[in-house]
Amino acid sequence: MRTGAPRPGRHRTALRTAAAALSLSTAALLAGCASADTTAQSSSDQATFKPATQKDGSQITVWTDSTRLPSVQKYQKAHPDVKMDIVTYDGGADGSTYLQSKVQLFDRTGSGWPDVVFGSPTDVTWASEPTKPGVQPFAAPLDDKLVPQNTLDGFAKGSLTPCQFNGHTYCLRNDIAQVVLWYNKSLMDKWGYQVPTTWEQYEALGKKVAKEHPGYLVGSVGDTNSHESYFWSGQCPAFDLVKPDTLRTDLQDPDCTRTAKLLDGLIDAKAVTTKGFFSQGFAKDSGSKVLMAYGPSWYGQYLFKAAFNAPAKQIAAAPPLTWEGETKAATGNVGGGVWMVSSHSANLKASTDLVTWLTTSDENQASAPTYPAYTEAAQAWLKNPANSGYFANDVSEAFQQAADEVWTGWSNTKFSDATAWSSVVLPALTAGKSLTDTLPAWQKEISNEAKAHGYKVENQ
Amino acid sequence: MTLLETEHVAVSPLRRGTPPRRRARGRAGHYFVAAYALLLLAFGIVPTAYSFYLAFTNDRGQFTGLNQFVKVVQDYRFGPAFTHMLIYLALWLVTLVVLVVLVAVILRSRVRPGTSALFRFLYYIPGALAGVASVLVWLFMLDPDVSPVSWLLKSMGMQTFAAVLAPANLPWILMLIAFWTGAGGWMVVMYGALNNIPDEVIEAARMDGAGPWRTAWHIQIPMIRQWIVYMTIMAFATGTQLFVEPQLLQTASLGRVSPTWSPNQLAYVYAFQQGDFNGAAAISVVLLAVGLLAAGLLVARSNLFRLDES
Repeated sequence: MRTGAPRPGRHRTALRTAAAALSLSTAALLAGCASADTTAQSSSDQATFKPATQKDGSQITVWTDSTRLPSVQKYQKAHPDVKMDIVTYDGGADGSTYLQSKVQLFDRTGSGWPDVVFGSPTDVTWASEPTKPGVQPFAAPLDDKLVPQNTLDGFAKGSLTPCQFNGHTYCLRNDIAQVVLWYNKSLMDKWGYQVPTTWEQYEALGKKVAKEHPGYLVGSVGDTNSHESYFWSGQCPAFDLVKPDTLRTDLQDPDCTRTAKLLDGLIDAKAVTTKGFFSQGFAKDSGSKVLMAYGPSWYGQYLFKAAFNAPAKQIAAAPPLTWEGETKAATGNVGGGVWMVSSHSANLKASTDLVTWLTTSDENQASAPTYPAYTEAAQAWLKNPANSGYFANDVSEAFQQAADEVWTGWSNTKFSDATAWSSVVLPALTAGKSLTDTLPAWQKEISNEAKAHGYKVENQ
Repeated sequence: MTLLETEHVAVSPLRRGTPPRRRARGRAGHYFVAAYALLLLAFGIVPTAYSFYLAFTNDRGQFTGLNQFVKVVQDYRFGPAFTHMLIYLALWLVTLVVLVVLVAVILRSRVRPGTSALFRFLYYIPGALAGVASVLVWLFMLDPDVSPVSWLLKSMGMQTFAAVLAPANLPWILMLIAFWTGAGGWMVVMYGALNNIPDEVIEAARMDGAGPWRTAWHIQIPMIRQWIVYMTIMAFATGTQLFVEPQLLQTASLGRVSPTWSPNQLAYVYAFQQGDFNGAAAISVVLLAVGLLAAGLLVARSNLFRLDES
């Protein structure tokens, strides 16, 4: 046999590798020395928007979510001369960062950007800034000679707030998801219950229902967006950008604790569930036992009709609840997408025309799946029997009132407001902890996230 | 051992074969290795070197020393992510080593060859599923609403998918998934290693009065020790790379699992959400260091690269 003795050389190499690895990792752990700052915060240098070289009639690439795909196809049908490449993607749903990841890569390679994208309001926070020094922000400022001011003025009050940064408007809001009170009118009538108009009445009715009809529910806090229904409506300063770079998150504010306390009482009474409406198995087991739900305007079609299969003419909507003794009505918002145009587009004219048509035209919006942010289009939407015929009452009043009451103190941040709620609060609720007890952990997670994204944090 | 013997046998009849032929064969070997070496260079060495470059610079290309490392280590998600990974690794490595060796020994010495082959095949099947598919299988297994073993989950007090995914359960769940997909292949490998032990050795042990368990503990396991070490190194490396499983659980649970549960996920968030490729590179370099350190220690302690024990 060839080899007799062990090979000391190899052995020593291995040891040396180990030693090197060890010293490297210790160095990494202990380092406090060395030079240079780590990374550049995206500088807010206000370079004016420089469009790419325009090529009339060139093809535009459109990224849409599957819900809005039919709208884009409708535009293509009505405008056969516009060359379009339509791509379906997740549309930023559930805190997805697909668009952001892709744009990061396109910014590194210098090509590949889609011309028009559908996204979430969170997407606008990074798209309105350069993803790294020296590149142009992805979103084009639409108020800069692209969309006329009177079109922008036609959107519902406050609905363009998520689009506005540094005095420019970087997106057009497609739909809003104003929170209203949903209830099963047939059951309420049968049991002789009054539809609550204040939070106090809601709480009292919830406890009554738990006693008189155990198993029936007046709400859920178990979904990824439940905090937007309850805490946003409660005007809790969880995500309050007091300055563009300073986030105030104070969950011990009385506006937060009163909401938490109210919900804790209802959870204890088993009138509010910690299982999500959209969680696996909920529709089958408890879908027919939902007497009330405090949630967005799309609950009607997507929760009660599609998921719970509630028969027509049973479900109704009422305006947002208020606190007794308070005159200022406020409500939350759960989602609502935006359309952005790429600042790198070689055909800004066609791109802008498409987003304007998608967001403002009755032709598209009257039959849109969700409540339009453009006020005129919203009226056409409400007149469309397909959007109102299913309900037991006229939802226009509740919807229109809520649309103007969305509280603007809940800001769009560079990170999704759902992450901390889902990964910290929901598991704690599942484990049986109360909301009130979980508020400090929630606040800590939001503060940490904010700091990691370069915000200064205030907890007062 | 086997390898050397084969070479020995193959070479002797060709004694008269002239040196040039030998050299030609030697060159052919280089050609075969060249293809691999090129791929290794393109997809292994160059990216590693690039990540080292990124980890020691900032996004303007300035040298930052160790500041990128300081930054990521101070990140509030760094500690939890590495703690999760270490708990998972401890669970997974212990289970893997103990169960794989145990099953291989049983299949080799206590089961008839036909049955043993069948079991090895059965154990191997899950490994043939790609990572994502195996996670999907487990998503069904772990959801009390649809799971075939929902009675078991419910008897453990877990009524909903959300309850199953409680933070404390996650390392166990990921360990189950990893074991289910990875262990079968290693059982086959260990079985092969046990097969390599000459029958005379086992025979001699039996003559000296060693029962099956004594033989396993004092003869078989020490003789396949290097294979066990090799398995541990590979499993450690895969374990530190944990990404697909928690990422899918995060999506499937609608965000109840933290998006930065494992260090690799944290690196992913750094790169693709915060746009900080340098910070991401620093995390991967830390992971590389941890992997090298563990491998180096194991290699040094076990003489893995010693070719013969004369």
